[in-house]
Amino acid sequence: MSIIEVKNLSFVYGIDTPFEKKAVEDVSLSVDEGEVIGLIGHTGSGKSTFVQMLNGLIKPTSGQVLLAGRDIWEKPKEIRNIRFKVGMVFQYPEYQLFDDTVYKDISFGPRNKGYSEKEIDEKVRNAARFVGLSERLLKESPFDLSGGEKRRAAIAGIIAMDPDVLVLDEPTAGLDPKGKNLLLAQIMQYHKQRKNTIFIVSHSMEDISRIADRVMVMNKGRLEMLDTPRNIFAQVEKIESMGLRVPQITKIMMTLKERGVNLPDGILTVEQAFFEVVNLLKKEGKI
Amino acid sequence: MTRDIALGQFIPGKGVIHKMDARVKILLLIAFIVLIFCTFNFISLGLITASVVAVILLSDIPFKMYLKSLKVIILIIVITSLLNIFYGSGEPLVQFWIFKITLSGIYRAVFVTVRIVCLILISSCLTFTTSPTDLTDAIERLMKPLKIFHIKVHEIAMMMTIALRFVPTLLEETDKIMAAQKARGADMESGGMIKKIKAMTPVLIPLFVSAFRRAYDLAVAMECRCYQGGDGRTRMKILKMKKLDWFCVAFTALVLIGVILCNIFFPAAI
Repeated sequence: MSIIEVKNLSFVYGIDTPFEKKAVEDVSLSVDEGEVIGLIGHTGSGKSTFVQMLNGLIKPTSGQVLLAGRDIWEKPKEIRNIRFKVGMVFQYPEYQLFDDTVYKDISFGPRNKGYSEKEIDEKVRNAARFVGLSERLLKESPFDLSGGEKRRAAIAGIIAMDPDVLVLDEPTAGLDPKGKNLLLAQIMQYHKQRKNTIFIVSHSMEDISRIADRVMVMNKGRLEMLDTPRNIFAQVEKIESMGLRVPQITKIMMTLKERGVNLPDGILTVEQAFFEVVNLLKKEGKI
Repeated sequence: MTRDIALGQFIPGKGVIHKMDARVKILLLIAFIVLIFCTFNFISLGLITASVVAVILLSDIPFKMYLKSLKVIILIIVITSLLNIFYGSGEPLVQFWIFKITLSGIYRAVFVTVRIVCLILISSCLTFTTSPTDLTDAIERLMKPLKIFHIKVHEIAMMMTIALRFVPTLLEETDKIMAAQKARGADMESGGMIKKIKAMTPVLIPLFVSAFRRAYDLAVAMECRCYQGGDGRTRMKILKMKKLDWFCVAFTALVLIGVILCNIFFPAAI
């Protein structure tokens, strides 16, 4: 069953001013429960505006967002409830930390949602565990944490609201490679256990190809492509014409193929590439 | 929503007033303000009003903008002119209870209204046609003589420039933080005054933290460029008086002479 259905969604900035600009234009799609959707697009392609319409932070100019079959703007006064169901982690979320301890900060969301103290405690500790924050850190001030830990605390603040849909806007931006991989692994681990739907915006094609079930490609406000990473990244020229690129390893494998090496299309990860190359060498009796 | 606040209402343009030296603009503005209040009869008042209108027409700013700036003070104009009507002396024209309206009261009201309107129009003309950085630059140059009183003119101007520069940045930041806290279910719209103020803490604390972080970064960046205050510092854009500026000075001087002559040769109305 589709948990989120988007119908002809459009958003125009600055209507009736000289600065009028179509940020999102006629986007429609339907997302099943438990899917991981990767969202890629050039800067200014409307990704951020699109994801902010999913939880009602921005009201669409036209079109609808249906959450579990119901229009989220059906009762505009209760839009706050939608924000607990569609959790949104902004870019650089560590800049929203404000309370005097990490524990209190993570509990801000669940407290707003109206959980009891006991439930809050459970949610906070679970969320901290998911993102790999130790118990000891919960008592610290969020401003004393390292950059990576702050990021984790901020993400935990959203996860603790126990949303059905989690939207992450560039969750790994500005982290070192090790922290990046760890955070992605933890998000996927969380996804496996909680089985909720995830939207992830990223500039890293490697990350997207590794974790997404389907990839949305946005260009100039429009949804240009929506398919599996394999099918998307097979269309190198189209992707590159939109100012994006395919994962490096895919590019290497494609170049090899163009030069006459007998490799299959749509190789997305280094592991896969290794497997295919070894296979090929074995077949040709070279190893 | 914080984007709607128009701060530093500079409107870029290519008009004559835009091209003027900001220092000249400030000085002439002061001259005009003094002149506006030194008019004692209708002829000099008419002269100054005509010159203000001339300046506005030359300014290449849509008249709608001027009306907007007048809209803000319409209440003040109405109240002051009403009060002035009852303050005149001499033979009452109309009298009821303790109020009396005299001819001089009506004159006073007309004078006050025209003066305030002229004042707002001419000062709006300055803020509309001068970018905030030009304005602070000009203020720095004009305040230079104050150095002999050990007033740190350059530092004050630099603080003003930085503050103006960061207004839009901090507004944008506020928008972002508000959106992020709303996404965590923060309720900033409902509830009474106290509840609303409390609801702002999750926005204000991150905002302060980021303002301090920016200040620190900026200080480091300035130090990296060997900034050490105003001494020996040269400017990229040197303010220079051009023909146009001298022309404007001459124009204002003529208005000044005109106002003085009108005041001498015609009887005072108030």
